[in-house]
Amino acid sequence: MRNRTVPQPSMSFEYIMWMFTRISGLALLFLGAVSLVIALAMGARQLLDMPTLARWTFFPNPNHVVNSKIPDVTQGWANAYWQIMQIVIAFFGISHGFNGLRVIIEDYIGNTIWQPMLRGLLFLVWLFFLIMAVFVILAS
Amino acid sequence: MASKFQSWWQGVRYRGGGPMITWMLHRIGGLAMVVFVGMHVFASFLTQQFGSGLGTTLNLIYQSPYFQAPLYFFVIFHALNGLRIILLDTFPKLLEYQRELIWLQWIVFIPIYGLAVFFILAQIVSGE
Repeated sequence: MRNRTVPQPSMSFEYIMWMFTRISGLALLFLGAVSLVIALAMGARQLLDMPTLARWTFFPNPNHVVNSKIPDVTQGWANAYWQIMQIVIAFFGISHGFNGLRVIIEDYIGNTIWQPMLRGLLFLVWLFFLIMAVFVILAS
Repeated sequence: MASKFQSWWQGVRYRGGGPMITWMLHRIGGLAMVVFVGMHVFASFLTQQFGSGLGTTLNLIYQSPYFQAPLYFFVIFHALNGLRIILLDTFPKLLEYQRELIWLQWIVFIPIYGLAVFFILAQIVSGE
């Protein structure tokens, strides 16, 4: 376990990721709130039950609301706007998560030869999940 | 080897205090969410592209109230704790009151999570 200090403002990798963690965290809360408000404006109180509304708030994918009273999800619940929303949420969520994983791993291994190797491996896994998520979004 | 174990144990051991609880719950919850979201994305990819039954099996686990209760705990806690960290980073003078802020965070957390637990319990009671 090594100490981790708040990185000083400069264009270092640690500072950029420190900033990205905060911005993406706030962005995820904001995007969730936007999905929730628009769903309520589209009549979610009558159409969705509580677990379905929660699923839609976390990730506005049409598959998340398919078992509901919505007569046709292609009318308003599945279009290019929601696809862009999903891609942005997936990018922020996956990047935030994998950066957190990197921080935790590097806290426990320290500055050994494993650090750059695991960083490279995590980068590839991050890229894989990003591509897979975009694939799922565009195909659903 | 003994010293390595000791230093590992020093990092994991509970030493009391609200700040350490929040730090540990933030980490554990973050790891849990990476695993949950990663498996969910992977399972939906397999279901969508190959018609695999793995996605359906995982969804059954994810829908069960005993999985959802801890998941909602971690998600809501991680979000509120992250907001507290951002607040303290933006206004470092508030660090003087960080224990009070952690109490405030729990006071905000309990009704929000209580609402989630209420709906999960309603799901168990109604047997859906």
